[in-house]
Amino acid sequence: MNIMSQEKLEEAVSGGMTAKPNEVIKMQGRKVGVFYGDKQALFDVDLDVRQNQVTALIGPSGCGKSTFLRCLNRMNDTIDSARVTGKITLDGEDVYDPKIDVVELRARVGMVFQKPNPFPKSIYENVAYGPKIHGLAKNKAELDQIVESSLKKAALWNEAKDRLNEPGTGLSGGQQQRLCIARAIAVSPEVILMDEPCSALDPIATAKVEELIDELKQNYTIVIVTHSMQQAARVSQRTAMFHLGYLVEEGATDKMFTNPDDKRTQDYITGRFG
Amino acid sequence: MGEHTVSSFDQDLEHIDKLIREMSDLAASMVRDAIRALLHTDAAAAQRIISEDAVMDAKQREIDDSAITLIAKRQPMAQDLRAVLGAIRMAGDLERIGDLAKNVAKRVGAVGEGSTPRGLSHGIDDMATLVLAQIKGVIAAYAARKPEDLRTLRVDDEKIDLKYTSVFRELLTYMMEDPRNITACTHLLFCAKNLERIGDHMTNIAENAYYVLTGSQLPANRPKQDETATTVLAE
Repeated sequence: MNIMSQEKLEEAVSGGMTAKPNEVIKMQGRKVGVFYGDKQALFDVDLDVRQNQVTALIGPSGCGKSTFLRCLNRMNDTIDSARVTGKITLDGEDVYDPKIDVVELRARVGMVFQKPNPFPKSIYENVAYGPKIHGLAKNKAELDQIVESSLKKAALWNEAKDRLNEPGTGLSGGQQQRLCIARAIAVSPEVILMDEPCSALDPIATAKVEELIDELKQNYTIVIVTHSMQQAARVSQRTAMFHLGYLVEEGATDKMFTNPDDKRTQDYITGRFG
Repeated sequence: MGEHTVSSFDQDLEHIDKLIREMSDLAASMVRDAIRALLHTDAAAAQRIISEDAVMDAKQREIDDSAITLIAKRQPMAQDLRAVLGAIRMAGDLERIGDLAKNVAKRVGAVGEGSTPRGLSHGIDDMATLVLAQIKGVIAAYAARKPEDLRTLRVDDEKIDLKYTSVFRELLTYMMEDPRNITACTHLLFCAKNLERIGDHMTNIAENAYYVLTGSQLPANRPKQDETATTVLAE
């Protein structure tokens, strides 16, 4: 006969299916809308970003996922015609509050882009630039320390330590992307936004960045936009699916890729769209 | 199932689905024919069933190969992933059903040699009817994508278990009545046990099929009516 009670058994079965969620909400979007001129690109998005977790934003091109990502550190401010409605908070604080210093916000919410874009300077200078302008180091020794620890966290130290004064643009594509991650880390952000960080990288460099993302989530909260379903499934704990400017579905990644609730999510991740 | 942007993905999935249907049909006919051969002492039919088991094994290997290739090439997600994994598992159960039917067929000679009274086999006939209905029902529910039917059918396995317990008692009684029945009855007992196992494999298949169709698992517990492990006959 069964030695486990029905309840225990079901708990044991379901316990293996989903990891225990981290419930601390680091960033929160409520009724977020974005207009480019008259055209609305994002509609009423309610989304929570949990602390020390990787949240993946997926969906077909033009679905609004990058637009939403760029709202989180006000990158849309740089586009003249862009207008953001609704509310986005970081630790409960409205990031669109006029009192907020945008430069400081972007230090707390860093960003890594699709194409590696190191400054045309040395590897050292690329990483040291942010801490310098934010006054994070009192002297050269402290700055050296920040550069070293950032490159270590970005898993680039061993490859770069003997060529710190060589130009960052001389690194390989994958190394350049990790340099950009080191540059983002150097100003001690709390959240790192990544916009298709691996789309210009080969599979080996991609694997290194994914491994890095996995390590980084212990200290940072990560939001990643990706076109690779497998990548979203591999690196994230939460997945949000966007379509035509709407948030279709958000949930635990394990569930989203085995048994999503929404037909559109199902069609997209299984390759049945359009 | 269909409508992938890449249509060859649909073809790959349909191929696996077709193999599962073929294995299901073969399993049903092997069980039906094995019981018929047993009840009519038909050695030629028994031989044919024994050789059909090789076909079953080959189909299972083909499903494994196709499924692994599909996973490697297409990285299926959601219902596609469940369908592929479900096919691998269902093929395993169907292959075992083939083995059990073959085992019944192998006993045809041994049971038939003695002058077995027909009466000994009535219970088995009834049991086989239940098992065959179970196989047909599960195959039809899966083909028609009806998970609720599968949930109901899974519970039907208890009827087979009840019947098995009664066949078990019946055969023990015959053996006590006349020791010359022991050889035939022991073989028939194994045949009944095989039918009961086939019922269990069909339950697995129903549970698997339910998961493939819905993405959620049926509760782990279901009623169990096989009491033969504790059955004794009073003097």
